[in-house]
Amino acid sequence: MLLRTKGKPINIEGHLVGKVTRNPDLLDENSFLLIDSFVSELPSKNFMGVLSRQDEYEVKNGENVVFKIPTLDHLTDGDIVSVGNDGNINTLYRVNSFHNTLLATERCNSNCLMCSQPPRDKNDIPIHYQIHKKLIPLIPKDCFELGISGGEPTLMGNLFFDLLSQIKAELPETEIHVLTNGRTFAWNHMAERLGELDYRRLMLGIPVYADYYQVHDYIVQAENAFYQTILGLHNLARYNQRLEVRVVLHKQSIPRLTRLAKYIYKNLPFVEHVTFMGLEFVGYAPHNIDKLWIDPFDYQNELGEAVEFLAGQGMHVSIYNTPLCILPENLWKYARKSISDWKNDYLPECATCTKLGECGGLFTWNLKKHSKHIHPFTS
Amino acid sequence: MIDAIPDKISRKFKEKDQFDLNRNSQYYLLPFRFHRLTDEKEIIVNEVGDYLILSNGTFESIVKRKLDKEKDKDLYGDLIANFFISEELIPPLIDVLATRYRTKKLFLNYFTGLHIFVISLRCEHTCHYCQVSRVTQNRDLYDMSLSNIDKGIDIMFKSPNPHVTMEFQGGEALLAFDHIKYAVEKAEQIAIEIGKGLTKVICTNLALINEEILEYCKEHDILISTSLDGPKYVHDKNRNKPNASSYELAIKGIELSRKLLGHDRVSALMTTTKLSLDYPTEIVEEYFNLGFQGIFLRNISPYGFALRTDTSKYETEKFLAFYKKALDRILEYNFSGYHFTEDLAKIFLTKILTPFNVGFVDLQSPAGLINGVIVFNYDGGVYATDESRMLAEQKDYTFKLGTLNDDYNDLFFGRKAQEIAQLWANEALTGCSECAFQQYCGADPVHNHATQGDMYGYRPNSDFCQKNMEIIRYLIELMESDSRIKRIFESWAKTATH
Repeated sequence: MLLRTKGKPINIEGHLVGKVTRNPDLLDENSFLLIDSFVSELPSKNFMGVLSRQDEYEVKNGENVVFKIPTLDHLTDGDIVSVGNDGNINTLYRVNSFHNTLLATERCNSNCLMCSQPPRDKNDIPIHYQIHKKLIPLIPKDCFELGISGGEPTLMGNLFFDLLSQIKAELPETEIHVLTNGRTFAWNHMAERLGELDYRRLMLGIPVYADYYQVHDYIVQAENAFYQTILGLHNLARYNQRLEVRVVLHKQSIPRLTRLAKYIYKNLPFVEHVTFMGLEFVGYAPHNIDKLWIDPFDYQNELGEAVEFLAGQGMHVSIYNTPLCILPENLWKYARKSISDWKNDYLPECATCTKLGECGGLFTWNLKKHSKHIHPFTS
Repeated sequence: MIDAIPDKISRKFKEKDQFDLNRNSQYYLLPFRFHRLTDEKEIIVNEVGDYLILSNGTFESIVKRKLDKEKDKDLYGDLIANFFISEELIPPLIDVLATRYRTKKLFLNYFTGLHIFVISLRCEHTCHYCQVSRVTQNRDLYDMSLSNIDKGIDIMFKSPNPHVTMEFQGGEALLAFDHIKYAVEKAEQIAIEIGKGLTKVICTNLALINEEILEYCKEHDILISTSLDGPKYVHDKNRNKPNASSYELAIKGIELSRKLLGHDRVSALMTTTKLSLDYPTEIVEEYFNLGFQGIFLRNISPYGFALRTDTSKYETEKFLAFYKKALDRILEYNFSGYHFTEDLAKIFLTKILTPFNVGFVDLQSPAGLINGVIVFNYDGGVYATDESRMLAEQKDYTFKLGTLNDDYNDLFFGRKAQEIAQLWANEALTGCSECAFQQYCGADPVHNHATQGDMYGYRPNSDFCQKNMEIIRYLIELMESDSRIKRIFESWAKTATH
C-alpha cells in the first residue's frame, strides 16, 4: 500500500499537516485540495494548499502547492498528510483504517535481531513531534484506536509525556497502544510520571523474549535489557498501568518459551494481555534469518503449552501473525487477525481456502518466507 | 545502570556469549531449601514457593559452586530466572522478589477478618466426637447474651480489615436464631454507617432449618455452612440425633436451602472420624452426587479424640491412606471432564503453583489465629481459634485471650497474644525453618499444644508435620508423574485465586 508520494513544491515552508479533500465545499484552513485533473478556478476561501497531479502549475494567489504528483489514488477524503518543502507527501492518518500509528522516532536503545523497522541513529524526535502536534487535533474524535511506535518512543523524554497528554486531551475516546521496550521505566520516576497522567485508555505493549536474561539480551542485542524491562514492567504495574507482554516466536525464543510462560504468570501476573507473534520477514530479519528461522509448524508444541498454560491460569492470551492452517485446532480460538490492512496478504494457494475469512494471513513481506505447511482448507 | 539514550552506537550484531554478565561463573546463593523426594529426585523451593525438581546430587553441586555454566546451561538459566542463585550479591531483580514475597504474605495485610460468634452452646445432636455442646434448655447459661453480642460486634468493627465476616457457630446456632437476627441487624447497620464490607455465615446441622429462616437468610444475604460426613451410614453414626436421622435432615435442609438461597450459597464440611477412614470413595461420591463443586478432606481433629503422640502417628498414616484413596476418586471425576476439587489440595496447590496465597488458619505463617480469626465464645470468653475454645471446654484456657469486657488492644496485642506470636511463624521454628515445604505449610501452636503439650511443638513426631509433608510431597509426585494431573491441579489452583 502506498503511504508516501512526491511532487514539485512551490511556496511550502517547513512541514504542513492537513486533511485532504477533493470536494471544494469541504475545504477549510486545515485542508488541502486534491486535483486529479485540470481545474480552472480555485475556491476563493482560505485553505492550506493544493496537491495536484498536473504537470504544470501556475500559482495565482501565492498558494502552497505540490504538483506533478504521480498519483493521488491512495488518498481518501479525510485522510491526513504531511507535506514537506521537499515535495514529500506522507500519509499520516487514514480515515478508513483501524490501524493508524504515529511513528515517534526511529531511534532505539535496543537492536533486536529480528527488528522489522531497524533503528536509525539521527535525532528525528523534534521533527516527528512537531508534525504529530499538528496532526493530533485533526484526527477524527471517533478514532477507535491509535498506535504509537518507533524506534523506542520513550526516548522522546519529556516530549513523550507531552505527546500523550495532548492525545488524551484531543482524543479522549481513543484507545492508545504504545509499543515500547519498557527499559526506560526501570527508572521509577518515569513510571510514576506516566501514572500521573491517569490515562485509562493507554496500554503499553512490551516485549519479553525469555525468562533468562542472557537469551533476552542477546535477542534484543542490549546488555541489561532484560532486567531493565522486568523492573520497568513492575514499576508500571505499581502505578496501575495497563500492560501487554509481547513475545516474538523464533529460533532463539522457542527453547525457553514454556519456561517464559511460567515466568510471566509467576512474576508478571498483573499484565492484561500476552501475545505470541510470528516472525516478520522484513527489516533485520532477512539478514539474521539463519539465527531466527524455525518453521512455525515445528514450534506448535511449545506454543500450545505456553498458550494453554497462561489461558488456563486465567490470563488473556493471543496468537498473532500465524495462519490457521499451521495452528492445531485447539489454538484457533487464540488466533487474531492481527496484521494491519496495509501489510496483510495471502499466498496464491489461499485463494481456494474455505477458512480464508477467519484467517489472519501473512505479512506481505512473509510471502517470501513462510511455513512449508501452509495449505488451503477444502471443507 | 540504564543507558537510555545511546551515543553513537555500533549496530553490528554481537554473539550470545557477549551478553553473559558474569563470565567468571561465580554465583551467590539466594535463600532456598531442599528435600529428597525419592532415590532419584530432589526438590528445591525458593523463598516465594517456586520449585524445581532435580536429580539427586544437584543440590549439592549448586551449593558447592560446582555448577558449570556452559555444561548445565538450562539448569543455570532456571536457577537464575527462578531466584535460586544470583550473579550479583544483590540480585538485579530483588525488588521483584520483594513484591513476590509481599504477595505471598498478602493475607496479613488486613488483619482479623473472620469473627466467630459461638451464639449458643446448646445442641439437639449428641455427636460422639463433640466434647463441646450441651443438650439443655438453659438459655441463660449457654446462649450468648445480647450484651455480649453487642460487645463482640463492637470489637469486630475495630478490626482494621475493610471486610469482616461474622460466622455464627454452636452448639447448634439455629437454637438461638432470635439472637442471630439481633446480631445480624445490628452489625449490618454499623457496617453501612462506617463503610465496611460484611459477610454473614450460619453454621448449622440444618435439622431446624425452615422456610421462614431461609427467607430471612435470603433477605439478609446470609450464607449457610453445614456438616455432612458422607453417606447415611457414616453420617448418622458420626452424628447422633436422638429419634431422627441427622443425614436425612441435612439432605432435606441442603435441598431447601439451595432452592431458596441459590446453589452456591450453601457449603458443606466433613469431619473425618475413625469410621470415615473406611469409606473414602463413598464419601467423595456422596459430595459429588449432591452437586457440590468439591470436598474438603479434613483430618481427624485431635480435640475430640485427645490423641496422644504415640498413637497419633498411626492415626495419621490411616488418614493419609484415606486421603489418597479419596483423591484418586476425585481425580477420576476430573479425568471424565468434571470440575470437582479437593479443597485441602487446593490450598496447597495455590501455594505451590501460583504467585498468590490463601489465608487458612493453620496453613499460613504467621498463623491465622488472631491475625485472621478470633472467637467470641457464648460466655463472653475470647479465644484465638475455634479449637482453642474446644480446649477450654476441657478446662484448658491456654488460648483464652481475655473476655469481651477487655480492651481491643489487650485482647489482640496483649501478653497472651505476644506469647503465642513467638511461636506462630514456621520460619522461626526448629524443624520448620529448614524445611523445603515451609512456604507451602504453616504453624499451629494450638495443635502443638493439644497434641504435644507445648506450643512450640516437636517436629520429628508431630502428626501435623507428618500429614502436611506427605500430602504436599504426594501432590508434587502426582503432578510430576502425569501431565494430565498437573493440568487439573493448575485449574484448581486458579479457581482458588481468581
